[in-house]
Amino acid sequence: MISADLNIVLPELILAVYAMGALMFAVYTGKDATAPLILGSTAALMAALGVWIAISGSGAATAFGGAFIDDGFSRFAKVIILLSAAAILLMSQSYMERIGILKFEYPILIALATVGMMMMVSAGDLMALYMGLELQSLSLYVIAALHRDDQRSTEAGLKYFVLGALSSGLLLYGASLTYGYAGTTLFSGILETISDGKMPIGLLLGLVFLFAGLAFKVSAAPFHMWTPDVYEGSPTPVTAFFATAPKVAAMALFARVAHDAFGTVTADWTQIIALLSVVSMFLGAIAAIGQRDIKRLMAYSSIAHMGFALMGLAAGTMFGIQAMLIYLAIYVVMNIGTFAFILSMERDGQPVTDIDGLHQYSKAEPLKALALLVLMFSLAGVPPMVGFFGKFYVLQAAVDADLAWLAVAGVIASVIGAFYYLRIVYFMYFGEERDAIQTPMNAYNWAALVGAAVIMVAGVVNLFGVEALAAAAAETLVN
Amino acid sequence: MPSIILFAPLVGALICGFGWRIIGEKAAMWVATGLLFLAALLSWIVFLGFDGQTQQIQIFRFIESGTLSTDWAIRLDRLTAIMLIVVTTVSSLVHLYSFGYMDHDPQWREGETYKPRFFAYLSFFTFAMLALVTSDNLVQMFFGWEGVGVASYLLIGFYYRKPSANAAAIKAFIVNRVGDFGFALGIFGLFFLVDSISFDEVFRAAPKLAETNLTFLWTEWNAANLLAFLLFVGAMGKSAQLFLHTWLPDAMEGPTPVSALIHAATMVTAGVFLVARMSPLYEFAPEAKTFIVYLGAATAFFAASVGLVQNDIKRVIAYSTCSQLGYMFVAAGVGVYSVAMFHLLTHAFFKAMLFLGAGSVIHAMHHEQDMRNYGNLRKKIPYTFWAMMIGTLAITGVGIPLTAIGFSGFLSKDAIIESAYGAATPAGNFAFWLLVSAAVMTAFYSWRLMFMTFYGTERGDKHTHEHAHESPRTMLVPLGVLAIGAIFSGMVWYNDFFGKTSAVETFFGMEQTAKAESSHASLSLIGAANAAENGKEEPSSSHDGEKKAAAEPGKGAIYRHPDNTVLDDAHYVPKWVKVSPFIAMLLGFLGAWVMYIRRPDWPAKLAENQRPLYLFLLNKWYFDEIYDAVFVRPAKSLGSFLWKRGDGSVIDGALNGVAMGIVPFFTRLAGRAQSGYLFTYAFWMVLGIVFLVSWMTIRGGAI
Repeated sequence: MISADLNIVLPELILAVYAMGALMFAVYTGKDATAPLILGSTAALMAALGVWIAISGSGAATAFGGAFIDDGFSRFAKVIILLSAAAILLMSQSYMERIGILKFEYPILIALATVGMMMMVSAGDLMALYMGLELQSLSLYVIAALHRDDQRSTEAGLKYFVLGALSSGLLLYGASLTYGYAGTTLFSGILETISDGKMPIGLLLGLVFLFAGLAFKVSAAPFHMWTPDVYEGSPTPVTAFFATAPKVAAMALFARVAHDAFGTVTADWTQIIALLSVVSMFLGAIAAIGQRDIKRLMAYSSIAHMGFALMGLAAGTMFGIQAMLIYLAIYVVMNIGTFAFILSMERDGQPVTDIDGLHQYSKAEPLKALALLVLMFSLAGVPPMVGFFGKFYVLQAAVDADLAWLAVAGVIASVIGAFYYLRIVYFMYFGEERDAIQTPMNAYNWAALVGAAVIMVAGVVNLFGVEALAAAAAETLVN
Repeated sequence: MPSIILFAPLVGALICGFGWRIIGEKAAMWVATGLLFLAALLSWIVFLGFDGQTQQIQIFRFIESGTLSTDWAIRLDRLTAIMLIVVTTVSSLVHLYSFGYMDHDPQWREGETYKPRFFAYLSFFTFAMLALVTSDNLVQMFFGWEGVGVASYLLIGFYYRKPSANAAAIKAFIVNRVGDFGFALGIFGLFFLVDSISFDEVFRAAPKLAETNLTFLWTEWNAANLLAFLLFVGAMGKSAQLFLHTWLPDAMEGPTPVSALIHAATMVTAGVFLVARMSPLYEFAPEAKTFIVYLGAATAFFAASVGLVQNDIKRVIAYSTCSQLGYMFVAAGVGVYSVAMFHLLTHAFFKAMLFLGAGSVIHAMHHEQDMRNYGNLRKKIPYTFWAMMIGTLAITGVGIPLTAIGFSGFLSKDAIIESAYGAATPAGNFAFWLLVSAAVMTAFYSWRLMFMTFYGTERGDKHTHEHAHESPRTMLVPLGVLAIGAIFSGMVWYNDFFGKTSAVETFFGMEQTAKAESSHASLSLIGAANAAENGKEEPSSSHDGEKKAAAEPGKGAIYRHPDNTVLDDAHYVPKWVKVSPFIAMLLGFLGAWVMYIRRPDWPAKLAENQRPLYLFLLNKWYFDEIYDAVFVRPAKSLGSFLWKRGDGSVIDGALNGVAMGIVPFFTRLAGRAQSGYLFTYAFWMVLGIVFLVSWMTIRGGAI
């Protein structure tokens, strides 16, 4: 029995054992001198796991009495998480070296956070959910403060930790309320108690608190306040990581809880999600306009994008989940490309994040400027870039679910949001002469930037088949 | 072969327009011209070898959408064959002519390249026109219809540095939009009712359409009449018929070869072609036909009257074109489509020649177009003079009365006038009298043009007159070729288009009405005079037996309703009717002779005495002024209202308010909320959860 369970959690097991082994190895050998090696091997292992899960996984199975679920949905999310984490790791090496914080703990913490995220997307029980969430969060708190000589980095770590603790408290409170009214922590058990579609008020409160805690993780407004500060203060590679894999994991967990535990009362929770969605979209769009720091700008951008992803969830349908997954996949690729560029921004050898440095950038680096232009257009949702199709799917899901008002609001918000993406393009192509920045890149970053841009254009053809994969994944979650 | 004819000009246009940088200016022009001559040669082969059977040549699948599926195909029948020779012949000659005419154009600075562009436009126009005439369905026709519109726009505005040329181009385009709107509505209506746009299907459905009613605007209409009328609105625009004619005179702003090709010989006749092509529909739409007769006759009269007093040599010919188009529509309206096509053919020759001749005069006079500054030019430019003389003889209709010997215009115009009388309807009689009076005026203004230009004393700038010179050979050769057409085209094809009913039927591939023909033959043998007196009675009675054997619409190039005997009747009109156009021509000639040769002081006096009438004619019946007041000004003021108030204040104002006032306000607000203090952030989270819990307990679906 236990061997069958362990067989199901084999990928997580491998990664966790690897992380601990690597920790021992580094501590007893060269310490930080081994960091590049560990970083490389971690990235390679995560990429290999990602490919393995993508290729070998089939069917659905549960382990540990239903606490762990391995199905198409979780595998879809895990592949994105693993591949994006690996990509970010590779991209971060040169930056970390430059500012002298390439510590061996960094890749190990990323690996542990990734284990937590894999746990989250496979959670079938409130306790498993919390375990995954905390493993991920604790790792992230630490790497946010990785640059511990830097005041802003420590401030970011601290802020994240305190607010994260508050959100964990809210989540735990919700979980306990849920357990109290449902009598079980298993998602399937909760679903059974409300199989008639009626919710006791206590369970409803539990749901609200649970969702509030999850909303913090996806940084949906009004639980988003930590995002800009943490994004700005953390070392840029960490920011890049925050913006990608954890967002996917948290959104997937959100969908998991919503459908697996509360699938019979969609009418109740869709209104919460819709509300979070619309507030996030507008706040992300409006607040970003005032930002001059590209990391803060990307923070607001991710808030707005999470609002759009939530729109898919708010539809409460299978197509909605499919749209959400497509959106997340596209979002992650766009962010990897954009952060590959941000990581390389420097002036006189010092990393800079001020968008004023982008003035006239196209004159100096036409190819990179073009790639960034494509990414910005895609983030803004300008057809025919792939980013447009991500938005198109969630809007369609909302309209199909009779949430036309939400779709209309989304379109308006994306129009407002387009302003700051296009402003960057404007600076690059039509800006005035300013103190220019340099963007030296190693092969990884260059490949990530140009590759992401190419995907944004070439994906127009069939989205690389993601549509069908997402549909299959959504089918396993919603039935 | 037809596909080569169709696509050769397109290839020429592309090579000439885009390739001239590679192959050079001269080579590009010769390529375009050479391909046009090839097309012309093949067209003549097709025309002369054509047996009257309709052929369809598929080229590729055009549209596939719902029940609308159609090929791009060439419909080759007699109508197409006629149009092919008209278009390609005139076009190739105009290409050749342009070598001389467009050389050293004063509109362009030294060293500027404009000729390849001109040739490319001309070739493109030819392609579009061929697409129009070879079309096998309405959408394909519409493609060509709009294509020639675009080409016409580009060519009228070819001198884009001249504001008046740009204005004229825009005017032509907009006025044509009005017509095209009707045409498009007609196509939509046909598709709506027939569920197809191919000619075959539409023609087959025509009898049924005549029994269908259609609700349009405020009331019910007979479908055939309504659709025929709507299509005719399109024809009105393209062929510059009354009310939509205002663009044609202004179109003379374009280079003269353009006027010859587009605004005389080919594009403007597309409306006539459309009516002839749609003859199966028009045969079932008697009211629409009556309307065409009235409007055509009115146009012929109106345009001829305005032509009397114009002083710009090209405008005189432009109004003449407008007037001649009216003639053609009368013929089509009374149901003798073959005669309309006949006049279209002959008119293409003599009017293209008149235009090219006028171009030659203008070329000789250093781009002076005012006839008041001409005079006594016949010695200086003799070839041009003789060409113009032939053209004038053709347009005024010189020939030997009661025979089929004469210049081309004599035969075709007289055929129209006889047909109008032969129709024996109120509309036909109306048209007959208007056309005869228009013929008087035609003769007058044509001879006035000749006398003012080539006779009398030299007027205007002395220097210009001294340097007047004959045009180069490239310009004279086209004149010569067209002169042959202007002289002989009438006599050669008289029987095929009008003279003998059986010949016409064979020529156009129609069902034979042999029995009727034989009975006619006997009738005319027994008592020609009697038949001539009561011509319109007897033939119709002899046709009674034929009514049952009605041909299916769409079989030949032209369809004739079994009741339609106008073609026969026109052969038996009284002698005085047949002679009347000739007398009209003499009257006009004498009038012009007296006023411009004998007593050159009379015109000024007459204008002085009849000042209101003179001004009325000089200002083209004030059409432009009325349109300006009724349509242009209100549209402009509505436009500027919507622009300044609607767009400027309301839309821009609201958007700017949101974009520059409200959004930044919220941006600042969001920035202020992001204080950087932990407790603020925690407070917001608590506020969020409080709001969500309250919301859910109050509004939620909880028990």
